[in-house]
Amino acid sequence: MKFTPICFFLLFISVFSCKQENKHLTRIEGKLLPITDSLVKNAEIEDMITPYRNHINKDLDSVIAYAVDTYSKSDGELNTAIGNLFADAIYEQANPVFKQRTAKNIDLVLVNHGGIRAIISKGNITKRTAFNIMPFENSIVVVALNGKNVKQLVNYLTKAKRAHPISGLKLTVDANYNLKEALINGKPLDTLKTYYVATNDYLYNGGDHMTFFKPNDSLYVLDYKIRNALLDYFYKKDTINPTIDDRFIKLDN
Amino acid sequence: MKRRDFINQAAAATTLVSLGGLGLQSFSSAAKTTKITILHTNDVHSHIDPFGPNDGRNPNKGGVARRASLIQSIRQENPNTLLLDAGDIFQGTPYFNYYGGELEFKLMSKLKYDAATIGNHDFDNGIDGLYAQLPHAKFDFLSANYNFSNTVMDTHVKPYKVFKKEHLKVGVFGLGIQLKGLVDKAMYKETEYLDPIEIAQDMSRILKTEEQCDLVICLSHLGYYYGDNSTKVSDLVVAKNTKDIDLIIGGHTHTFLPKPTVTKNSEGKNVLVNQVGCYGINLGRVDFFFDNDKNKSADGASIIV
Repeated sequence: MKFTPICFFLLFISVFSCKQENKHLTRIEGKLLPITDSLVKNAEIEDMITPYRNHINKDLDSVIAYAVDTYSKSDGELNTAIGNLFADAIYEQANPVFKQRTAKNIDLVLVNHGGIRAIISKGNITKRTAFNIMPFENSIVVVALNGKNVKQLVNYLTKAKRAHPISGLKLTVDANYNLKEALINGKPLDTLKTYYVATNDYLYNGGDHMTFFKPNDSLYVLDYKIRNALLDYFYKKDTINPTIDDRFIKLDN
Repeated sequence: MKRRDFINQAAAATTLVSLGGLGLQSFSSAAKTTKITILHTNDVHSHIDPFGPNDGRNPNKGGVARRASLIQSIRQENPNTLLLDAGDIFQGTPYFNYYGGELEFKLMSKLKYDAATIGNHDFDNGIDGLYAQLPHAKFDFLSANYNFSNTVMDTHVKPYKVFKKEHLKVGVFGLGIQLKGLVDKAMYKETEYLDPIEIAQDMSRILKTEEQCDLVICLSHLGYYYGDNSTKVSDLVVAKNTKDIDLIIGGHTHTFLPKPTVTKNSEGKNVLVNQVGCYGINLGRVDFFFDNDKNKSADGASIIV
């Protein structure tokens, strides 16, 4: 085929305009597509998941301890059996780690009532129990806190009137929730002393309006997840039987 | 550059003509519409199985196997589809605790995800934990404002990627949130965070001007918006301070947008910002229609949301 100048001219126009036209965005449509049970499960994908799911379920359902009773965070006013177990487990598991690193002891533990995400049912405790109670990945931190900040911590608790899990601390309030006594390891709170307070990274960073952890003298990150501490505690104890006690009580008069 | 393009195109057209004169006719035919479909997820957080019937918030919603069916049917309808994830793939169910993200990446590969950006929770097993799962990911990780040079992730993350769909080029770049204060330094190590606005300005210029993309998409884990009183960079802030971005796909704030937000860029042109909540209970879909109808005006595509 001969290439005439007129043919080339036509080509020039058509090619140039073609390139322009095709770059033309005219319309945009956006929508949200919910993933519901009306969609069929893709069998190939389901087959890929199954062995993983089965292994996890088998492991999560393996029995690691036994609960004497059913424990719920709604049983108890200012302290609960499950909350006491929660805080005591953190103390018992974290203190050896902290002591080994710093040669110091944890004075008290404070976590939050909202952080207990499930009950412990009477009977077998499985790994799933620990995942249900503590689905979050929060880790234990120890804060070197001066006594004035610990006083704020105590004020927070008496004002909150909630069974935030505590260990090492003993609080007594009167009928109007005025503080009667605050003991740390049996001794009155000393505002001039430095206390080592174990909590989790979420609360340390101001979660649940716990603003008293800052400023502080120092922070020790233990790289120990709360859930793992609970798992280790369950393995170790074999049978758990926590109780509501006198660590935070209200007097009748 | 322009001239060379023309010569190449002219040469190609000449070949067509010489094969029987079909070239000219095909170009002069009626308006042809090309549709690019963008599908996206964010903050799936290891939610592989659907929520159970008794879940308090999202009963019977989500699930990767169902999402796979939906994506498959959309791809059948339009092969010019891109599937993107805006980060926080990891953390939230025992699948992550037990397997460290292996199954998440394998499934995303099977679903043929094209790219993902990196969320703060993707560092939850440390940067080494993320690196360890890379062999299971057959899609690209895009992040333009994390400098991984001094980490194990170096060379494994691209700032952007250009996808070719028929004759159209779709440029996608990634943006991540400031890690300091959000993630333990021991986890992200020497990952350097760069200013998302400056980077987004650079990226949109590169993709629009240098790479000549027809669509520019920002895949962001910055979060939707932190309010008028916040100085935190968010998707709406990026949209306002940049130009040439067509769509920002967001994450991090778990924002359920019933439809994409249409906002204005620094030149007063429309930008779409979308985010579909979390846990894989929704799939976002944005369709871009390209036309060769020369009667339509060049500026201001109609937006139907």
